[in-house]
Amino acid sequence: MMQLRLLILLLAPALCSAQPALNVGSKRFTESYILGEIITQTVNAAGEARAVHQQGLGNTGIVFAALKSGAIDVYPEYTGTIAFELLQRKSPASLDELKRELAPHGLGVAVPLGFGNTYALAMREERAAALGVRTISDLARHSALKPGISQEFLNRKDGWGALSRAYRLSFAAPRGLDHGLAYEALAAGQIDLIDIYTTDAKIGKYRLRVLADDRHFFPDYEAVLLYRLDLPQRFPQSWAALQKLEGRIPAQRMIELNALVEISGAPFIVAARHFLATPGGLAGAVAEDSRKSFAAVLFGADLGRLTLQHLLLVFSSLAMSVAAGIPLGILAARSPRSGYWIVSAVGMLQTIPSLALLAFLIALLGTIGTAPAILALFFYALLPIVRNTHSGLVDIAAPLRESAQALGLPEAARLRLIELPLAMRSILAGIKTSAVINVGTATIAAFIGAGGYGERIVAGLAVNDNTLLLAGAIPAAALALLIQWAFDVLEHRVLPEGLREKNSGLAQ
Amino acid sequence: MIALENVSKTYGAHIALSPTTLAVAQGRTTVLIGPSGCGKSTLLRMIVGLVRPDAGRVVIGDEALRADNVERLRHRIGYVIQEGGLFPHLSAEDNVALLARFLRREPVWIAERLRVLADLMRIPAALLARFPRDLSGGQRQRVGIMRALMLDPPVLLFDEPLSALDPVTRFELQDELKRIFAGLAKTVVLVTHDMNEAAHFGDVIVMMRDGLLVQQGTLRDLLDRPAAPYVRDFMRAQRVGMPEQHG
Repeated sequence: MMQLRLLILLLAPALCSAQPALNVGSKRFTESYILGEIITQTVNAAGEARAVHQQGLGNTGIVFAALKSGAIDVYPEYTGTIAFELLQRKSPASLDELKRELAPHGLGVAVPLGFGNTYALAMREERAAALGVRTISDLARHSALKPGISQEFLNRKDGWGALSRAYRLSFAAPRGLDHGLAYEALAAGQIDLIDIYTTDAKIGKYRLRVLADDRHFFPDYEAVLLYRLDLPQRFPQSWAALQKLEGRIPAQRMIELNALVEISGAPFIVAARHFLATPGGLAGAVAEDSRKSFAAVLFGADLGRLTLQHLLLVFSSLAMSVAAGIPLGILAARSPRSGYWIVSAVGMLQTIPSLALLAFLIALLGTIGTAPAILALFFYALLPIVRNTHSGLVDIAAPLRESAQALGLPEAARLRLIELPLAMRSILAGIKTSAVINVGTATIAAFIGAGGYGERIVAGLAVNDNTLLLAGAIPAAALALLIQWAFDVLEHRVLPEGLREKNSGLAQ
Repeated sequence: MIALENVSKTYGAHIALSPTTLAVAQGRTTVLIGPSGCGKSTLLRMIVGLVRPDAGRVVIGDEALRADNVERLRHRIGYVIQEGGLFPHLSAEDNVALLARFLRREPVWIAERLRVLADLMRIPAALLARFPRDLSGGQRQRVGIMRALMLDPPVLLFDEPLSALDPVTRFELQDELKRIFAGLAKTVVLVTHDMNEAAHFGDVIVMMRDGLLVQQGTLRDLLDRPAAPYVRDFMRAQRVGMPEQHG
């Protein structure tokens, strides 16, 4: 009965609404979250479809796989990323060229939102004004300036080196800095010039002048909607509403929205609502700090849902791992050769990077969300269970194994009555390890929209909000401890009495 | 009852047992004796199918031991090892009754059998509820023997059954076992490296060395007509046959 209620609670959002769902994706950084939310709210306002925001999805590969599989219908992307990463082009392309090349994939690109987000160079406004620097070309006359450049831009092939050659800049070798620290160093006057993103939230806060790219060195990374070509037919009114977003978000506006989230601490849902309610500008609304206290975030309204999702992810994958892992462990214990191959193969699974595994599973299953997340967790939870079942069985003393044989018990009965009970302590330890590891690993499920505590961690990382990040990490850690404790109690109950340690603290 | 016909076993280059033929006398106690590594345990384990001979065959009753009848034939053999080989996750009673319950014998029959065997092995009923770790070495060995006797098998095999026990307990059990063997008229094969134990139990003593059967006979045969100098040396080394020891 209890489980049924939980199930209904979990499924409720999907069941209550008769409206068809339009799935909106976004990537794992502030701007993408905000744009995804603007798309979502715009669709909902059109009243034709119920928009679901699958927010903060893994990396570009995962969102793109999700779009191709139909798990999402539309998400905000940048023309440069489409050209270089998704279509693997060597050179930039116009919007029309991109449309032509995406069409065979069943995808379209449209609705330039009005800003580009690319690398740029910036100086403090007063310093730039004093030196009369407006464009990157102007820098050539000021080779004494001290640049502080992010490691990423320094090391990109189309980064600092190429830029210096294109503009014939002759600065001394620049210092490599963390992007976050560069602003502070610039404000403190330790450096004069930094690389930024053109819609960086801190441009306004630190009063920066963004230098014009007068030789068009940086390729366009114009914000557009990347969508499935069937979307306009399936949801004509929603599509019409989305088309009206064209040109509505100039760079200055995007900077304000990013600042609203990253500097003032507003949730991106609020930032999107703000944008749609006051299309002209944000006026003074931004000034007040809308950050909530840690307790308020920790015990926020989503805690129950995230906990249920997290438990669902951990325990359904664990159940599958137990169901598959114990038989595999038994098989591995039958001969040293099979043991070697099975344990090695399961160990290999462990080494696959989580994002790569998720991207692969999304392609395989044709969906994002809970299913591929549970499958990935299942793979990661296999090794401790298989290995401990194997070692638990192999480590049974030969005289005991032979006594069971000599009694005349058939093989299946020996396994059930003697060997598995004797290996039980080791098997339970393996399951406990898997469960605890799963609690941590399940946080990556948020990359592919499967929810859980990872949703807070991922969003906190993306918008640079440590409070939010901790509000996700602390419940996850607490859950891991709780599960560890629960397994210790369970072990005491399940383990055959003759194998329990005497005088253990858990004895009733 | 039990016949080993030309059985042999090698592990890689090591010859554990050269081709050996041995007929075990029905209803009597045969002791396999020799230094460690002589092949006596290998021979015993072949009878119960734990070691499969490279060549030759093992006959139990009138059936040759094969993969498809080994489990059934094992039900006619009780096998006891050092310390009893009890399963630590089962109580003494569950150890003894395990096979009978698996074979779905009547609970009443099982209860009666437990009572008779506990009497025979002098195990108080209260001890049967204990787990092996809560029993003394001697008690574990008695329970192990109960387990071997549960289905009343015609054959009993013992692999160094008493060597882990303290001298007093061993002495007691030696006497009791001899009385039981005689009373039950079982065909018994017992492995030991202790000549005194062999002398105590053995109707027939089989001396082995380096995977070979050196001599087979009664204690008197071995003392009076040793087949090889080694037999005499082995007996002398363990001071067997001296009146002051076995008066």
